[in-house]
Amino acid sequence: MTEAASPPNPARRRLLMAAPLVVAGGAGVAFWRMLSGMRQGSFDPHDIHAPALDRPVPDFALPGLPPAQGFGAADLRALKAPVLVNFFASWCIPCVAEMPQLNALKDRLPIWGIAYKDKPAEAQGFVRRAGNPYARIASDLSGMTAIDWGVSGVPESFLIGPGGIIRWHSAAALDEATARRTLLPLAASLRS
Amino acid sequence: MTAAMRRLAAMLATVLALAVGLAPLAAIAVDDPSEMLSDPAQEARAEAIGAQLRCLVCQNESIEDSSAGLARDLRHVVREHVARGESNRQIMDWMVDRYGNFIRLKPPLTIGTVLLWLMPVLALLVGGVVAFLSFRRARGTGPAPLSDDERARLTDLTRPR
Amino acid sequence: MTPELGNFALALACCLAAGQAVLPLVGAQRRDPRLMALAPALAIGQLMALLYSFACLVDAAIRDDFSVQNVAANSAAAKPLLYKITGVWGNHEGSILLWALILGLCGGAVALFGRTLPSALRARVIAVLGGVSAGFQLFCLTTSNPFDRVWPAPMDGQGMNPLLQDPGLAFHPPILYTGYVGFAVPFAFAIAALIEGRVDAAWGRWVRPWAVAAWCFLTCGIALGSWWSYYVLGWGGYWFWDPVENASLIPWLTGTALVHSAIVVEKREALKIWTVLLAIGTFSFSLSGTFLVRSGILNSVHAFANDPARGVFILGLLGLVIGGSLLLFALRAPRLTAGGVFAPVSREGLLVLNNILLCSICAVVLTGTMYPPFMSLLFGRTISVGKPFFDATAAPMAIPLMAFMGLGPMMPWKRAQLWPILRRLWWAGAATVLAFAVLVWRVHDLLPLLAATGAVWVIAGSIADIAERIRLFRLPLGASWQRARMLPRAALGAALAHAGVGVGVLGLAAMSQAQHRIVEVHVGQTEMLAGDAWTLTGVRAAPGPNYTALVATIEVRHHGRLVTVLHPAKRTFASQNQTTTEVAIHTNLLSDLYGVLGDRHENGTDVTYVLRLHYNPLAPWMWLGGLIMALGGALSLSDRRMRVGAPRRAATAGLAATP
Repeated sequence: MTEAASPPNPARRRLLMAAPLVVAGGAGVAFWRMLSGMRQGSFDPHDIHAPALDRPVPDFALPGLPPAQGFGAADLRALKAPVLVNFFASWCIPCVAEMPQLNALKDRLPIWGIAYKDKPAEAQGFVRRAGNPYARIASDLSGMTAIDWGVSGVPESFLIGPGGIIRWHSAAALDEATARRTLLPLAASLRS
Repeated sequence: MTAAMRRLAAMLATVLALAVGLAPLAAIAVDDPSEMLSDPAQEARAEAIGAQLRCLVCQNESIEDSSAGLARDLRHVVREHVARGESNRQIMDWMVDRYGNFIRLKPPLTIGTVLLWLMPVLALLVGGVVAFLSFRRARGTGPAPLSDDERARLTDLTRPR
Repeated sequence: MTPELGNFALALACCLAAGQAVLPLVGAQRRDPRLMALAPALAIGQLMALLYSFACLVDAAIRDDFSVQNVAANSAAAKPLLYKITGVWGNHEGSILLWALILGLCGGAVALFGRTLPSALRARVIAVLGGVSAGFQLFCLTTSNPFDRVWPAPMDGQGMNPLLQDPGLAFHPPILYTGYVGFAVPFAFAIAALIEGRVDAAWGRWVRPWAVAAWCFLTCGIALGSWWSYYVLGWGGYWFWDPVENASLIPWLTGTALVHSAIVVEKREALKIWTVLLAIGTFSFSLSGTFLVRSGILNSVHAFANDPARGVFILGLLGLVIGGSLLLFALRAPRLTAGGVFAPVSREGLLVLNNILLCSICAVVLTGTMYPPFMSLLFGRTISVGKPFFDATAAPMAIPLMAFMGLGPMMPWKRAQLWPILRRLWWAGAATVLAFAVLVWRVHDLLPLLAATGAVWVIAGSIADIAERIRLFRLPLGASWQRARMLPRAALGAALAHAGVGVGVLGLAAMSQAQHRIVEVHVGQTEMLAGDAWTLTGVRAAPGPNYTALVATIEVRHHGRLVTVLHPAKRTFASQNQTTTEVAIHTNLLSDLYGVLGDRHENGTDVTYVLRLHYNPLAPWMWLGGLIMALGGALSLSDRRMRVGAPRRAATAGLAATP
C-alpha cells in the first residue's frame, strides 16, 4: 500500500491551490457583467421571458369597454397588418407614464388595449384622461385572459403580426428608444 | 430606456417601496376560506401544487405564500383545475405553457440546469477525491509519527538523569 | 453640527484604519518593534472614532433631526424611542456603519486580548483587519453616507416599515452582523499565517476561540431571524430559502466546518491548508452574501433598496479583499508543510468527513442561490430556484452528517477501531432504533422521519459521550460526579452544541407534522384543530402609539378545559398605509398554538372574521436548538485552554510538523 503512494506533485498541488482563485475570479467577472448590464438596462435578473413569443395568440373573446369595441382571438388572427396589444390598468403608475409614448405611436401602429382587472368606469376615466391611444379596448375583468397571455403585471405589450402570431413582447413600460429602435422597424418588416 | 425614463422609473420604484415598505409580506396569504376547495384531499393537493409555483411578481415566494393579486388568481386557477380532476403534471404544464420555467420553484432537469441538479453529487465527489488524494499523499511521505505514548516513553528515556 | 462631527469622526476612523493597514505590516516585515507597537494603538483609536461617529447618528435619530436624510427617510417623530435607536441600523447606510463599527470592535478586541500573541503575528492580524475596515469606511463615506443632509428639512420623517418595528428584529442585525464580521478575525489570522508562511498547533489554538465566538453569534443571529419571520410574518413559516437567508446560512456552514477543522490543526497539526482556506472562505461568503443582496443581483423579500452603482463599489471592494486573499493563498499555501498523519477511521477522519459534508451542503445552497442570475447571464433564460429545490437537495445531505455526528466525539485521535466505539454507543443506538420504530407509525414522510431519527441519535450520542467520559455507572456515582466536575468545559460545550443540533432538527422535523386551518367565523363560533376547540369570543378596536389595531380574543379549550386565551391583532399604520398582523402564540415548549386574525367581512348586519389557526408541534425547539448550540459554543469558550492568546507558541511546535 505504501509503495503505491504517489510522490508529491508540486505542479498539481499548485494548480489545486489556485483553483479557489480561479473560481472566485470567474464569479467576479460574471458579477461585473451583470452589474454593468443592469446599469445599461441590457440585463435584468428579474425578467420573466414568458414563452408567448412566436406563438399564435391564445383563445379569448372579451367584451368592449364602452364606447370602444371589444375583441377576441378571432379578430387578431384575421389581421392583415400588425397591431400592438397593450395590457393596462387605471391603478398602475407605470401605465400612466407610458401613455404619452402610446399616443405618439398610435398613428404609426394601431394599438388595441386590454384593461386588466379594472372596473369599467375607472378604466374609461383613465383612457379619457390619457387621450385614448387605443383603436379598440377590451375589458378583462377577471384577469384570466391576461394569465393565458402570460402577463405578470401591467403594463405589458405584445406586437401581433399578420395571422395573429405574437412577434414581440415587452414586460415593461414602452419608451421612445425601444419604440424607435425595435418596435417600429419590426412592425414595418411585418407589413411588407 | 432613456436616462430620464430610468430616473422616473427609479423614482416610482422608490415611492412604491416607501408606500408598501421593504417587503410585501404584511398580509397573510390565503386569507379567504371561500378560496379553498371543500374536499380536504383536493385542497391539500392544490396547496402542494401551489407551493411549487412561484409568485411571479414577488421576489421569492410561492403563490400559496403570497398576497399579491396575480398569486390569488393563480391559486384560483390551480383549484379550478384540481376540482376538474386534472393531474399535477397537467396543471404544471398549463402554468409552464404560459409563464415558462420561471414559474417553477423547482426547476426541471434540462441541459441548462444539469450543474444545479448534479451539485450535491459533484460536491461530495470532489470533496471525496481531494480528501482521498491528500490522504494517500500524506501516507506516502514517511513513517508514521510517534504516538503520544511513544513520545512520552522517548522523553522518559532521553531525560538526563 | 453633531452629524458633521460624526461624519468627521468616520473620516478620521478611515484614515486611522488606512494607517493601521500599512504601518504594522511594514513593521512586521522589517521587524521594527516600534511600528508593530502602533497596531494596537491605531486599532483602539479607530474604534473610538467609530464609536463616536455611531453615537452621533444615534443622537440624530433620537433628537428627530430630520435634516439628516437618513433619519428623515427612516424615522418619524411618533416612533417609540427604542425603535428610533434600533432604526439606526434598520436601513442600508446605518447598517453599513454598524458593520464598520463591529469590524472596529473586532480589531480592538484583538488589540486588547491578543497581548500574548507574538508581536509580528498580532501586528499582521490587526493590519489585515485595518485594511478591511478602511475599505468599508470608504464605502460608507463615498456611496452610503448616513450623515448626508437634506435641505429644506422635512417637518416629519417618512417613518419606518412597521414590520421592522419589533424587538426581535431590532436586535437581530447587530447579533447577525457580529457573527458575519466576527469571522474577519480568523480571516486575518489566515492572511497573517500565509504572509508568515507558518501554520502550527499554536495558530490553531489562537484562531479557534475567535471562530467559535463568531459562530455563536451567527448561530444566534440565524435563529433569531428565523424566529422573527415565524412570529411576525404570520403564516407559520420559519425558513424560506430566500437569498438573504441563504447568505447567512452559507458562512454558517463553512464556519461550522472551520470550527471543527481548527481543532484538527490544534491537536494534530493536520488540515492546515484546508483550515486556512476555510477561514478565508467563511469571511468571503459573509461579505459577498450580504453585499450581493444589496447590489440588486440577488433580489429577496428582505432586500434593502437596491442600487447597481453601489454594487460596483462593493464588487471592487470584494475583488480586492477576496481576490487578494485567494491570490495570496494560491502563492503561499503550497509552501505550508503537511502535518500529522492519521488513519481514515479516526477522529480526524470523521472531522474530514464532517467538513466534506458541510461544504457540500454549502456548495448546493450557494449554487441554488446563484444559479438564476448566472443562467440569465449565460443563456438569457430565467429560472427560479426556491424552497422545493433546497428541500429536495440540501436538506437530505444533513442526514449522513447527523449519523457521523453521533460517532465523532467518541473517536480517538489518529487511529481507531470502529467496533469498540459502536459497543460503547450501544444504548444510544438502541434509543435511536426505538425512536425510529415509534416514529415510523406516526410520520409518513421519509425526510422528516430520518431527520427525527438522526436527531435522537445525535442527542443520545452526545449524552453517551459525556457518560463515557465520566464513567457513569461504571464507577460509583460520587466518583463519576468528581470526574464530571473535572471535565474540560470544551468537551461539555461540544456535547451541548451537538445536542443543540439534535434539538433543533427535532423541531424542524416535527414542523412537517404541523396542521393549520383557515376559517371564516362569527363571534362565538367554535372550530376544531388538532383536538383543540378554538372559539372566537370577541373582537375589539384598540389604539396604539402610531397605529390603530383590531384585537381578537380566541379561547382555546382541550376537552372543555381552558388552555389559553389568544389575542391576535391586525394593526393599521396610517402614515405608511400598511397593515401588519400581530400573531398570537401560546407555547408550552412541546407545541405552539398560533392564531392569526385575517380580514373582516361585513355583509349587512352579518359580520364575520377570517382566522388562520396553526398547531405547530415542537416549534419552539427549532430556536431552542439554536440557543443550545450557541450556549455550547460559549461554554467551550469559557474553557481556560481556549482562552484567547493564553498559550504561547511552543518552541517544539515546529518539530511535530516535520515527522
